[in-house]
Amino acid sequence: MIRITRKVEFAASHFYHNPDLSADENRRIFGKCNNPHGHGHNYTLEVTVAGEPDPVTGMILDLKELKEILNREVMQRMDHRHLNYEVPELAGKIPTCENLALVIWNLLEPKITRGKLDRVRLYESPDLYAECVAARNGASGKSA
Amino acid sequence: MSATTTELLLSLTRRYRFAASHRLHSAQLSEAENQRVYGKCANPYGHGHNYVVEVTMSGPVNPQTGMIANLPDLDAFIGENVIEAFDHRNLNEEIAEFQNIVPTTENVCREIFRRAARFPEARLERIGVEETGSNSFECTAEGEGTPS
Repeated sequence: MIRITRKVEFAASHFYHNPDLSADENRRIFGKCNNPHGHGHNYTLEVTVAGEPDPVTGMILDLKELKEILNREVMQRMDHRHLNYEVPELAGKIPTCENLALVIWNLLEPKITRGKLDRVRLYESPDLYAECVAARNGASGKSA
Repeated sequence: MSATTTELLLSLTRRYRFAASHRLHSAQLSEAENQRVYGKCANPYGHGHNYVVEVTMSGPVNPQTGMIANLPDLDAFIGENVIEAFDHRNLNEEIAEFQNIVPTTENVCREIFRRAARFPEARLERIGVEETGSNSFECTAEGEGTPS
């Protein structure tokens, strides 16, 4: 099996606020991320697809096709958007790096029909990322 | 494609930095052997690195916060137990655990794993340590036999 990874970058704004908690609790838990005016990040998304290269083309999937899927499912939805207000898949969820990585996994997984989505790694900054991986056989760990 | 839903493992990785000095020298080896094994790293005055530490935590996403581990809590825990303890220190002289073992980055990585594994909110999956941009080391829960 071979893995292929494509990277895209997008910029988006967000803030963290749980309406079920008091204003004080929101400030305590989320700190400056709770600022209602929002703030933004340059996100870097790495998407890995695993599979066997096609014997004729030598490719797992055409990178052009992967680029189009990422453009349609991620860039058009999220680039230069406010994640709290403009991405319906995040409605009712706090747009943390973890939740965003999961949303991106769920958007991409059914669209990748050549090869299999293997990993989604989303960097919110060079020092912080969330990662979703398909559990390997025998892997222990909690279901996300 | 299988109709069953894929089981997903979700993790969060945070990078931290510290600068420290060390000397690689084993009391169990002769001076000649120390020189042969550690070369210039055995210089008695020591030398230093800018270390980068990657901490990977896993676990369910808390529905109230949307997080595996609250970042301010993780930063405070790693800050207190690892970064403040190691930053601008001499690892041989100032870290009790390296009184009797050589502070190679393998051993530094394992000591950071031991400390970070006590973080109460999530499961420690991995510690990665870059000693320089060219050398990196990692220690995983699987490799260390940490119960899940």
